[in-house]
Amino acid sequence: MTDTTTREKPAAAPERAAKPTGPIGSRVERKEDARFLTGAGQYTDDVTLPHQAYASFVRSTHAHARLKAVRTDAARRAPGVLAVYTGADVPATVGGLPCGWLITGTDGKPMKEPKHPILAQGKVRYVGDPVAIVVADTPVQAKEAADLVEVDYEELPSVVDVRDATRKGAPAVHDEAPDNVCYVWALGDKAAVDAAFAKAAHVTTLEFVNNRLIPNAIEPRACNASYSRADDSYTLYVANQNPHVERLLMTAFVLGLPEHKVRVIAPDVGGGFGSKIYLYAEETVCVWASKLVGRPIKWTAERSESFLADAHGRDHVTKAELALDKDGHFLALRVKTSAAMGAYLSTFASCIPTILYATLLAGQYTTPAIHCEVTAVFTNTAPVDAYRGAGRPEATYVVERLVATAAREMKLAQDEIRRRNFIRKFPYATPVALTYDTGDYEACLDGAMKLADAAGFPKRREEAAKRGKLRGLGYSSYIEACGLAPSNVAGALGARAGLFEAGEVRVHPTGKVTVFTGSHSHGQGHETTFAQVVAGRLGISVDDVDVVHGDTGRIPFGMGTYGSRSIAVGGTAIMKAVDKIVAKGRKIAAHLMEVSDADVEFRDGKFTVKGTDKNVPFAQVALTAYVPHNYPLDKLEPGLDETAFYDPTNFTYPAGTHICEVEVDPETGETKIVSFSACDDFGNVINPMIVEGQVHGGVAQGIGQALLEGCVYDRESGQLLTGSYMDYAMPRAADLPSFKVDTRVTPCTHNPLGVKGCGEAGAIGAPAAVINAICEAIGVKDVEMPATSERVWRAARSAKSGR
Amino acid sequence: MKISVSLTVNGKPVSAEVESRTLLVEFLRDRLQLTGTHVGCDTAQCGACTVLLDGKPAKSCNVLAVQAQGAAVTTIEGLATDGALHPMQAAFRKNHGLQCGFCTPGMVMAAVGIAGQYKDPTEAQIREALDGNFCRCTGYHNIVKAVKEGLAGMKA
Repeated sequence: MTDTTTREKPAAAPERAAKPTGPIGSRVERKEDARFLTGAGQYTDDVTLPHQAYASFVRSTHAHARLKAVRTDAARRAPGVLAVYTGADVPATVGGLPCGWLITGTDGKPMKEPKHPILAQGKVRYVGDPVAIVVADTPVQAKEAADLVEVDYEELPSVVDVRDATRKGAPAVHDEAPDNVCYVWALGDKAAVDAAFAKAAHVTTLEFVNNRLIPNAIEPRACNASYSRADDSYTLYVANQNPHVERLLMTAFVLGLPEHKVRVIAPDVGGGFGSKIYLYAEETVCVWASKLVGRPIKWTAERSESFLADAHGRDHVTKAELALDKDGHFLALRVKTSAAMGAYLSTFASCIPTILYATLLAGQYTTPAIHCEVTAVFTNTAPVDAYRGAGRPEATYVVERLVATAAREMKLAQDEIRRRNFIRKFPYATPVALTYDTGDYEACLDGAMKLADAAGFPKRREEAAKRGKLRGLGYSSYIEACGLAPSNVAGALGARAGLFEAGEVRVHPTGKVTVFTGSHSHGQGHETTFAQVVAGRLGISVDDVDVVHGDTGRIPFGMGTYGSRSIAVGGTAIMKAVDKIVAKGRKIAAHLMEVSDADVEFRDGKFTVKGTDKNVPFAQVALTAYVPHNYPLDKLEPGLDETAFYDPTNFTYPAGTHICEVEVDPETGETKIVSFSACDDFGNVINPMIVEGQVHGGVAQGIGQALLEGCVYDRESGQLLTGSYMDYAMPRAADLPSFKVDTRVTPCTHNPLGVKGCGEAGAIGAPAAVINAICEAIGVKDVEMPATSERVWRAARSAKSGR
Repeated sequence: MKISVSLTVNGKPVSAEVESRTLLVEFLRDRLQLTGTHVGCDTAQCGACTVLLDGKPAKSCNVLAVQAQGAAVTTIEGLATDGALHPMQAAFRKNHGLQCGFCTPGMVMAAVGIAGQYKDPTEAQIREALDGNFCRCTGYHNIVKAVKEGLAGMKA
C-alpha cells in the first residue's frame, strides 16, 4: 500500500540540543541533594513545635451510612486527651471544601456540587470519610482515644463502580444527585463525526476501563497547625504542592479567616504526583481546632489512611471508535466516557475528565472530526482527582490503543499508520479547542524506533518463539497540554482561579541572589533548575543563587506545581523578573560609565558599553544599588529586587513516542518488560539529568498502571480491598528494566526559555505502549489494566482457542 | 511499662528509659531528633526507615527500641565522615539517584548493606537486593546506577 500523504519536513529538522556553554542545558548536580542525602531535609512530620499536640482522625468504617450518634465521652476522658470534635461541633459558618472548576453540562446547567463537610455531617459517604478528630498530648494517646469514640451507623446501600452507579435504582450518594450524575459534558462536532463514520471504510471500536490508581507518594500527607494569640494569626505546615492556593481556598471558602493572617509553609515534600495539590479536610480541621485547643496540632497520615483518604486517580469506563478511510487516514473519533468523581468533588476533580481529557483526543494526528461525551459520576469511594498526567494519560490511552488496534486490523505497520496521520504544519488548530504551536512528531517516532531497535524486532521475536515465549512491540505517540494555563482561556472554561505564576529575584548587595518562586518543588529539583536559569542569564555561579519555595510568608504569590507547569510558567515568571533586574542594572551601569542607557548591553555577567570593552561587572552594579552614593537618585529607586507575574498565552505541548517491548510466557501469563524506549520533545532542556529522571519516574508509574497497580473496592460492601502495600502492587526495582531515553527539540514558541515541561510525559505515554505490546504479543484486541499474569494468561488462552 | 535501654547511635553511646512498645524509629526520630530516618508505611513494606543495625540493614519500624539493647545503630546522619559524603551518598548525588528525598535515607542504607551481601553484584542482583525499598520518583533507573557506582567506591 502506498502512502498518499504529502510529507513536509520542517525547515530545520530538530536535533539533539547543542552542547551548552553555560549552566543552561548542563547536567548540574542538584543543590537540594546535600540535605536530602545527609538526613537534613525537613519534611512536615520532622517539624515539632513548642507545646506540640497530636491529632488522630476517626474515620468511617462504612461506604455509606447515616450517623445516628457519635459518642465522644470515653475518648474525652482518656489520658492526655485535649479535645474531641465531630461534625456537630463545626459551626455553620464553616463552609465545605470547594471545587475549583465549574463544569457546565450539555443541558446548560452547572454541575452538581454537594457540600463536602470537613467532618462528616449526617452521613458518611466512603470508607475513610473523617467523622471526628481527637487531639492529645502524644500521637499514641490520640490514636488510642480515637478507638474509644463510638459511632452508631445506620448502614445504607452503597455503590462504588461507575457502571453500577448509573444504573436505574442505584443508591444515591447525594440527595442532590439522585441519578449520581454530577454532569454530562461534551466537546466537538457530533454531526460532523456521525457523517464521517457513515462514509468510513473501516471502524475500530474498543471498550475499556482506565483503572483507578492510588498515588502513593512515599511521604504520607501531614500537617502541623498552630495559632498565635499574639497577633491572631495561624501557621500551617503542610505537605502540599501549592501553598498559596491551599491558603486561599482554606481561608476564603471554608474557614472564613483573613487570608493575611494565615501563613502556609510547604517545606520539603516527599513526592506529590497530584495528590498534594488539594485542600483536604484533615489540615483544615487542624487549623480550625488549633485555636480552640490553644496548642499546635500535628497530624501525620498512616499509610492506611493514605490509601483510604488521599484523592485517587483515573477510574474511567470508555467506549471509543475510530473511523478510517481505506488508506488508514483517520476521519473521525467518537468517545463516550463515564468518569468516577468519588463521594465528593475534590479541588480540581471536575476539570480532569473534561478540560484535560477531551481536549487531548486529537493526539498527534490530523483527525478532522472528534466528539467526546463525558458523564461524571458520584460513587461511595475516596474522591478522584488529578494524578500524574491527569486526564492526558486517559486521552492518550484512548487514542493510542485505537491507533494500534486499527493498524493491526488494517494490516498497516505501527509506525506507518502514525506517519500517515501526523500533524506536520504548525500552528495547528485541533477540532477539540487547542492550538498546538510547534512539534515534530516524526522525529520522536524515528528516535524511539532507533532506541528500541525496531528494525531488529522480528529477529528477536523469532528467537523468543523458539523458547516458547511471545514478544510484542507496542507504540504510543502521546501529546500533552502543559504549562497550565492562559488564565482567560481557563476562566472561560470554568476555572475559578487564575493560572499565572509569580517570581521574585532579590539581588543582595554583594551580588548573591535569592529567588522566590510560587512553583513548589517536591522532587523536581527546582532549586537547581531555576538557579541554572538565573545564573545563566546573570552570568554568575549557580552556587550564588538560592531558590526559596513553599512559603506564603516569604513568596509574593504562587499558583503552585502541577500539570508540568513549573519551568514553563514559574520559570518564565522568574525570567521576567530577571529581565527587570537587567533593565534596572543597565541604568545603574550607564550612570556609572556616564553613557546613555541605550549604549549599554548586558552579557557574560557584565554591563558593557556597546562596541567597547568598557564595562561594569554585575556585582558592582548590585553594590551600587544598595550603596547609592554615585547614583541617579532623582530618576531611580535604590535596591535591586524585582517581582514579575507571568500569565502564559498558550498551553505548551510536549510530545513524543514511547516503545515498549514485552515478552510473555503464555503458559503462566508472566509478562516481562524487555525494554522501554522513550524519545520526547520537551522543547529546550535546562538540566538533562533532571529531565531524564522525570521521564524515568513517569514511565515507572505508567508501567505500574499497565501491569501492577489497581485500586479495588468491594462492589457489595464498598470496602477498600487494596488498602495497604500488601494488596496494592507498587512497582519495585525488580519489576522494572533500565530505560532508554532521548530527546528531540522543537522550542516552545511562546515563552522565552522555549521550554514545555517534562514531569508527566512518562505516565502519559507508557500505559498504552505496554498494553499495545502485550496485545501484539499474544494476538488479542485488549487486555484490561493492570495486565496481571492471570489476565494475560486468560487472554492468551482465549486467543489460542479462538485461532 | 518503662524499660531502660543502652545502645550506640552513630558512634555515640545513648541510654534512655523507653516504653516497651516504643519502636526503634520512634526512638530515633522523637527522642534523638534524628529525623533523617523516615516512616512511609505501617506494614514494613516501604523501607524508608531502613538503618544499619550492627552493620546490617534493618527496618527500624519493625524493631522495638529495647531490641536494640547493646547494638550499634547507624542512621543516614551518621554515614558521612568529617563532612565528606560516604561513597554511596556521593554516588546517589552524582547519578541523580534521588528526587523528593523521602525514600533516600532508607534506600542509601539498604544500598550500603548490599556490600555485605555481594562482592560485585549484577544489575539484576542489585534490583533484587533493593526489594524492600520503595521509590515512587526515580523509577529506580538512577538508583541502580548509583548503587553500582557506590559499591565500587566503597571498595576503593
